[in-house]
Amino acid sequence: MSIVIQASYFLAAVLFILGLKQMSSPVTARRGILWAGFGMILATLVTFAAPELYENPQRITNYVLIIVAIAIGGGYAWMSGKKVAMTDMPQMIAMYNGMGGGAAATIAAVELLKAQGEVARAAEPGGMLSSIGIGSAEHLPMNISEAMGVDITILAIVGAIIGTIAFSGSIIAWAKLDGRLNTNKLLPQQQIINLILAIVLIGFAIAVYFATSLTPILVFFGIALVLGVFITVPVGGADMPVIISLFNALTGLAVGFEGYVLGNAAMIIAGTVVGSAGSLLTHLMAKAMNRSVSNVFFSGFGTAAAGEAAADESGGSMKEIQAQDVGIMMAYASQVVIIPGYGMAVAQAQHKVWELTQLLTEKGVKVKFAIHPVAGRMPGHMNVLLAEAGVPYDLIYDMEDINADFPNTTVTLVIGANDVVNPAAKKDPASPLFGMPILNAEDSDNVIVIKRGRGTGFSGVENPLFLLDNTRMLFGDGQKAVNELIQAVKEL
Amino acid sequence: MIEGLAALYIFMLAGFTGYEIISKVPVILHTPLMSGSNFVHGIVLVGAMIALGIAENTTQQAIGFVAVLLAAGNAVGGYVVTERMLEMFKPSEKKSPAGENK
Repeated sequence: MSIVIQASYFLAAVLFILGLKQMSSPVTARRGILWAGFGMILATLVTFAAPELYENPQRITNYVLIIVAIAIGGGYAWMSGKKVAMTDMPQMIAMYNGMGGGAAATIAAVELLKAQGEVARAAEPGGMLSSIGIGSAEHLPMNISEAMGVDITILAIVGAIIGTIAFSGSIIAWAKLDGRLNTNKLLPQQQIINLILAIVLIGFAIAVYFATSLTPILVFFGIALVLGVFITVPVGGADMPVIISLFNALTGLAVGFEGYVLGNAAMIIAGTVVGSAGSLLTHLMAKAMNRSVSNVFFSGFGTAAAGEAAADESGGSMKEIQAQDVGIMMAYASQVVIIPGYGMAVAQAQHKVWELTQLLTEKGVKVKFAIHPVAGRMPGHMNVLLAEAGVPYDLIYDMEDINADFPNTTVTLVIGANDVVNPAAKKDPASPLFGMPILNAEDSDNVIVIKRGRGTGFSGVENPLFLLDNTRMLFGDGQKAVNELIQAVKEL
Repeated sequence: MIEGLAALYIFMLAGFTGYEIISKVPVILHTPLMSGSNFVHGIVLVGAMIALGIAENTTQQAIGFVAVLLAAGNAVGGYVVTERMLEMFKPSEKKSPAGENK
């Protein structure tokens, strides 16, 4: 039986790697997730037959508990995953990722508690080692590391730290993206407190290594939980995808370490592959936003610049326009470029935008979509949202492909986007966005910005584009505004 | 069972494999791929099942139960979300004439 289990784990690991490989190309991506899913089902099913489970005297209770837990956890995730709107996808990924980190940490907790139990039993007068004790009869384990072995203890503890931080951090990331937590400030001097807390955590990690009692283990997990919260709270909203991706990589690593603790090759391979792939993905995402990963953690992006400064202070003012005028402008344009942002998705305007696009195309106007690498809440998020509305791929252009085309554009329609068209990123070294590549909307003849209000965007940075002479503001809810545009174009 | 140096080799090779897989991925797939790799570390479910399966007393069973609960959420949720996202990357959508899809 054991050989069947090991072979199945091996096959699962192969399927995971091939699945991920296929997911890195749009053509094969769907097959990739199916393969990985098959690997997961296989690995889960054979684990029921694992000898460790079968030999335990408590096996019947444990089997029932396992099935009930899978039914509840899996059932909840299935329903929430099916139900969640495409716009809310990023926070769901954060949530599921946090659950994985929490699972890795709790595995470590079970292992550490088992070892602590052995130590306690050995310390009893005339104490007996449990039947699965690692120490031999002549040498009773004096502390946890002796009970578990040096290498296993270290990896269990490191995995526990990483997994716990990924757990509480991901929950905070979920709460922030879901709009349940809007603060960036928790304590004064947060960075210094975090540093001290990290040092204390390492101290307790060492204490757990030599522990004989339960207390250090509990304090250790408690501090790690708090640290995960403290690390994530100051991170600005625009940087959340990078953090989620980083926690994703960390969870992978924690899973790999706990795989070593359990001697499970499938966990080691899958966890480590995700750990390194996730690290690279994090780096690529940060690069697309022109931020470094350490920058994301330590600069508190957008927290200093937050607050709605009056537009007039920067000279110039926003000029309003009515939908009718925009409709005329667009209907007689030679080329219209639409720059969608997360605001469009929140307003559920993407279907209306597609309708408008079809109307304009019928009138002989060339319509293109320009997508910034970090439009939406995550790289690629906007492409998913437009695809959902039915916008064909060949109308969607990347930043590099469209930027040279803006001077030939009559009207650029900015819907719910802000930072990705902020010219301050090119001109103003003092701007927090400085250096980020942007879509050069200001090069087109006319810029129309559909915006709910006069406030600053997601990152809290002022946008000089709105004050330019060729920019007009169309204030209103995204969906309503686009609807008015459709009516205006239809009436012509 | 995997122990000592053998595990070190696995860590090293798996690390390079992960790096290789991602190195040439287009930006539009960043989110689905992150979600996909999020699903793959749902393999923690296997470890959680073992942790609960070897539990000897009520405390360990309770913690193990939480582990399986969370891990199952990770695996199932990761799959559902990734699958839904990738559903939109049907090859036919790539160059299909406007309005034909959906």
